[in-house]
Amino acid sequence: MGGERIAGTGAEMVVQGLLREGADTVFGHPGGAILPVYDALHGSAIQHYLMRHEQGAAHAADGFARAGGRVGVCIATSGPGATNLLTGLANAHMDSIGIVALTGQVGLPLLGSDAFQEADTIGMTMPVVKHSYLVRETGEIPRVLHEAFHIAGTGRPGPVVVDLPKNLTAGHGAAEWPVGVPRIRGYRPTTPAPSEDDFERAVRALEQAERPLLMIGGGVVKSRAQAEVLALAEALGCPVISTLMGLGAIPGSHPAHLGMMGMHGTPVANIATTQTDLLVGVGVRFDDRVTGALRGFAPRAKILHLDIDRAEIGKNVEACVALVGDVRQTLSLLLPRLAGCSVRHPWLPEIDADMRPEDGRPFGYPRERFSNGRISGPDTVQAIYRATRGQAIVVTDVGQHQMWAAQYYPFERIGQFITSGGLGTMGFGLPAAIGAQVARPGDSVVCMTGDGSFQMTLQELAVVREHDLPLKIVIFNNGHLGMVRQWQEMFHQERYSYSAISSPDYVKLAEAYGIAAMRTGRGDELDDVIRRAVELPGPVLVEVEQVADENCWPIVPAGKALDGMIVRPAAKQMRV
Amino acid sequence: MRHTLAVLVENHFGVLARVAGLFSRRGFNIESLAVGPTEDPTISRMTIIVEGDVRMRDQMVNQMNKLIDVISVQALAPEATVGRELALIKVRANPRNRSEIMQIVDVFRGQVVDVGKESLMIELTGDESKVGALLEVLAEYGVLEVARTGAVALARGTSGVAGEGAGGAGADTPATGSGPGDMGDSYA
Repeated sequence: MGGERIAGTGAEMVVQGLLREGADTVFGHPGGAILPVYDALHGSAIQHYLMRHEQGAAHAADGFARAGGRVGVCIATSGPGATNLLTGLANAHMDSIGIVALTGQVGLPLLGSDAFQEADTIGMTMPVVKHSYLVRETGEIPRVLHEAFHIAGTGRPGPVVVDLPKNLTAGHGAAEWPVGVPRIRGYRPTTPAPSEDDFERAVRALEQAERPLLMIGGGVVKSRAQAEVLALAEALGCPVISTLMGLGAIPGSHPAHLGMMGMHGTPVANIATTQTDLLVGVGVRFDDRVTGALRGFAPRAKILHLDIDRAEIGKNVEACVALVGDVRQTLSLLLPRLAGCSVRHPWLPEIDADMRPEDGRPFGYPRERFSNGRISGPDTVQAIYRATRGQAIVVTDVGQHQMWAAQYYPFERIGQFITSGGLGTMGFGLPAAIGAQVARPGDSVVCMTGDGSFQMTLQELAVVREHDLPLKIVIFNNGHLGMVRQWQEMFHQERYSYSAISSPDYVKLAEAYGIAAMRTGRGDELDDVIRRAVELPGPVLVEVEQVADENCWPIVPAGKALDGMIVRPAAKQMRV
Repeated sequence: MRHTLAVLVENHFGVLARVAGLFSRRGFNIESLAVGPTEDPTISRMTIIVEGDVRMRDQMVNQMNKLIDVISVQALAPEATVGRELALIKVRANPRNRSEIMQIVDVFRGQVVDVGKESLMIELTGDESKVGALLEVLAEYGVLEVARTGAVALARGTSGVAGEGAGGAGADTPATGSGPGDMGDSYA
């Protein structure tokens, strides 16, 4: 490792290290313990976005990583700065997003003394990071940064915290720049290819299956295995279903794609899981929102599981064959072995009439319809789809609007759908959309959010204005925490405990931030308003007044198996 | 079922917290955990005794392997493992029964390391069941205090928890079902 030498302050090492790692864009908020780093950022080649809350910085780095396909960086000070990052770190951890979080820390002599703005950042973040470092010497900084980026971005990606005591960033040191892939003896992101025996067993399972079903997830997005998954789908001729995190991994318009599965998945996708005899899970972790009650999940199926993380094999479901490794690499080894084998088993799930969406078609999602020109959630998503010609990067918050976005905006490509899946973080949308727009300045980015979610991080509008990011923000305003309201209606005997929520005047709010704004509550002008917003250069906020008590369908009640989903709105909701 | 996990970790501060935190947040029960230095000063060795079925054991091994500071993990097969713990036992004793107790200690190949007016301190090395057996016998004299290290264990022969590149080995080394007591050599 005969790298070039650097002598300087720790903060200079941080800034130069970031640039060497290709991190020319960071999201952060300064404060006492991180001041030396901010001093070095001043006038550097790094573009820093001053977020209005550290949670926003973490989510922006997360959205940046998802949209840009590279490691995102956020910076916060010690104590409250670091505690504010926590939600964003946990979010990135649950969805396996590579970010590096730099946190200031009180100087080493003060560590452990309950000093001003001291918090045990390493201890606090330990359960929600892939790895963390408390730097102990200035000279370690180049190596630690190099390792942090490597760990965050390789294998199954995840957040890495680098905690930087102030006396070390302010102090001087000398080191060599590390070069090449870091050697970390406890970290092996690339596993050896599955054995010949494993491949043979996989091929045999595929040959013997009569109704194989391909289930794709976030791992396909991360390894950019779109072509390989499509080739597999075509080789098997079987239907494909996707988890929330896998949307966009193959085109939503693909004829074999039955849509999203899980709690709010298409009836046909969920029913398919009960009829398949071989579930081929690619880059999935069998989360409870996806499987429903595990006891009733895929009851007739053996499971062939492909994932990069060995710990996911057998964690929630038993796999008959497991192929561990990056799914793109694994598939590129598996596909040639399928040539000449009889693995093609086309079939379609049989779906009862009462499981079909309201219009009787076998595919799609059931929905409520309203008269008097009132606007439903699906109406709004479809209007956005039309206005953006299906080409926008869609970033969502969490709740009903998120599910409607997943259901009614067929994503055609990887990285087109950015959503908080595992942690379900309300407040993710706006800052993540900022990160996505920064990563993809030329792309159309739409943030779909709810009145509840938006009020959690709306302060980041200041950043949108400051950098004139051409984001389109659409608030689905139904005056409620809609998903909470829906659960209270369905599962808590209509006791609406604190799920009605008021809002400020969003048009005035946007104007106060210097952002153009529109509002509509009329179905006959929805398309026009959304189109104008999309066509207007620069940031635009659109408030869409939605039906207040619409529900999201279908729904698999918690604790039920996927075929226990409630497809049809109860009579009360079938109003005209 | 009980499993013995041999874990090599970086000798950094905070590594114990990472391992312990992983076990607690994933709901794995640690029966005992012993940590100490190894022949390499940069590496510490943990011996962790856990309770759970084979699937849970594999989860523990795989989850631990994901910790960057964990260099390697192996689930030791009971029939090919030597496991020992050290116990210090303080027992009530008087001039009348002292020699009787010392005879018992002899049978267990323990040592008396301190003699007081009204007590004896005994040092015993062995597997868990041996320590348990001695404690049971001593109970009638009155056990005043016990300090046990928890088990440390090594695989027999030249195989070991190799350093680099041995990750995941544990998952390929299935333990056969067996309880405590059939590891280690025989004793009285």
